[in-house]
Amino acid sequence: MGSYILRNLLQRLILLLVVSVVAHAVVHLAPGQPSEVDPSNPRMKPEDIAKIRAAFHLDDPLHLQYVYWVRDLVSGDLKSFKDSQPVLPKIWHRFLNSLPLFIGATLIVWTLSFPIGIRAAVQRGTLYDRSTTFLSYALISIPGFFLSYIGIMWVVNVLGVPVIGMRTFGMETANPLFRGMDYLWHLVVPSFMAAIGGIAVLSRYVRSQMLEVLSQDYVRTARAKGLDEDTVVYRHALRNALLPFITMFGFMLPGLVSGSVIFEQIFAWPGLGRLGYEAVLSRDFPVILTINFIAAALTLAGTFISDLLYAFADPRIRLE
Amino acid sequence: MSTPAALLHTQPVIVETPIGQFWHMLRKDRLAVAGLVVLIALVVIAVVGKALTEWVPAFNPATVRLVDKLRPPMAPVSSIIQAEEHPIGGVYIFGTDELGRDVLSRMLQGSSVSLLIGFVAVGISTVIGILFGGIAGYYGNLRLGPMSVDTIIMRFTDVMLCFPTFFLILTVVALLPPSIYNIMIVIGATSWMGTTRFVRADFMSLRDQDFVIAAKALGLPEWRIIFRHMMPNAMSPVLVSATISVADAILTESALSFLGFGVRPPFATWGNILADGKAYIFDAPWLFFIPGLAILLIVLAFNLLGEGMREALNPRLRSR
Repeated sequence: MGSYILRNLLQRLILLLVVSVVAHAVVHLAPGQPSEVDPSNPRMKPEDIAKIRAAFHLDDPLHLQYVYWVRDLVSGDLKSFKDSQPVLPKIWHRFLNSLPLFIGATLIVWTLSFPIGIRAAVQRGTLYDRSTTFLSYALISIPGFFLSYIGIMWVVNVLGVPVIGMRTFGMETANPLFRGMDYLWHLVVPSFMAAIGGIAVLSRYVRSQMLEVLSQDYVRTARAKGLDEDTVVYRHALRNALLPFITMFGFMLPGLVSGSVIFEQIFAWPGLGRLGYEAVLSRDFPVILTINFIAAALTLAGTFISDLLYAFADPRIRLE
Repeated sequence: MSTPAALLHTQPVIVETPIGQFWHMLRKDRLAVAGLVVLIALVVIAVVGKALTEWVPAFNPATVRLVDKLRPPMAPVSSIIQAEEHPIGGVYIFGTDELGRDVLSRMLQGSSVSLLIGFVAVGISTVIGILFGGIAGYYGNLRLGPMSVDTIIMRFTDVMLCFPTFFLILTVVALLPPSIYNIMIVIGATSWMGTTRFVRADFMSLRDQDFVIAAKALGLPEWRIIFRHMMPNAMSPVLVSATISVADAILTESALSFLGFGVRPPFATWGNILADGKAYIFDAPWLFFIPGLAILLIVLAFNLLGEGMREALNPRLRSR
């Protein structure tokens, strides 16, 4: 077990290194230079551009630029091209904004998917099952921003409350209780909209897992013993159906970065995805590369955690 | 008393060929059949629409009629518009946009572009996936220096899986010069990993089966064994995932359009008509809802057909 963990960690570190090299190469080899973002600006003289290029090592060979990037990232003085602010505090600040959105959406997905999916499995073939099946396909198929705009229109028209941004303008001096409520209210709509796709996918998955388990011999035995249906479904079937979902916890981690670009853009939420989008717009290579690096690290950490959790939860699995 | 011939007729028809069996299973899934019908209709519409918008002046999507801007659906054409610029029947069936262009013509033009993006992107990812998966599965034990071919390809797949896909697509599309082909290539080049993984798994199990060993013993050339004997047996999961990936590619294109990196004018796609229409969501809701619902319909059709195919091709469900 211990050697498995060590070997696995080492493999993942090497993978992370390769990912960062590839990402660096892709970003730097693609056409479009950070110093060319604003070519029509008359105040940008050639010597200014040369100065910027020198300051950010843009004229050095690629491998040297990579070394500089890693050195600055590790020592913590990596600076953004755009505003010369240190990258790591900037990302950390945005990460703290994204985190509540991610947690909110995750909570909504996991609390709604299970009841919906379990009921669909238990009542297989009924109108409820067929309509949730169709509805979840429809929700997977709808462009996220289309649905969000409809959602915003509905909330604004029917409930008459603001939903864009993180807080209402002019609430800065209000009593902390009101500010907290205001913040919560701004959090509800975006996290619900970000959760809808997840609910559709996860509830289908819960349904198919439950169907698989409900046809097992031990469920028939439990029924034959005369246990009531609730005990059979929740204590015997659900517990066994839960195993694969442990791995899904790990797979959700990278959604913190890449899943949020669209929704943070729609709801003007100053989070990590939006920072990445802004960095892409202004060709801010250090920020793009660092966000990409963090996302890759989260993906690797996610799969690692789910491997460990799976082995921990299911005694039939041994890590070799 | 029944003659043997009559007995033969009363027995259920057993479909023997794999395609017949597949069709027999698929036909039982009404949602999948509905998806197939919608898709065939859309392909016909796309082809006819391409021809109409190219050659029939009444369907010219680029005709600007500023007098008739933002007309609701079914609005008649103004009297001062010249006869050759009239829409078909003198009525704007889907209304007009902010430049007085006929939305029906633009949707017709966009249908072929949207479908093309989906098909080309998935074509690219499927070809890469089959190639890598096939090589890793068939020649996996071959050694190149310290590592086997299988290790090299699968580690590269792992590296690609670490990237936050949508963020990577966004970065590359933003850095490359805007072009419809770049979008297809980037979406295709970032979504082949799933195909690679299951083609490899299939090839590894097929490699040791009797019919492949027999083909080798007959001295057939390797390409013939791979393409003629092994590939057809590994195609069904590829087809299913390709169908569903077309849906994802169309959604990705619309999300890119929303962020301003989609297909640029003069090409109209459903994604960029929708993204442009969001500015008029209150004043001219048809500019937003018509492309949005069209995308929902086509993506839903692909998803339902893909899921139906997955069920029909699943050997565990076939015996029922």
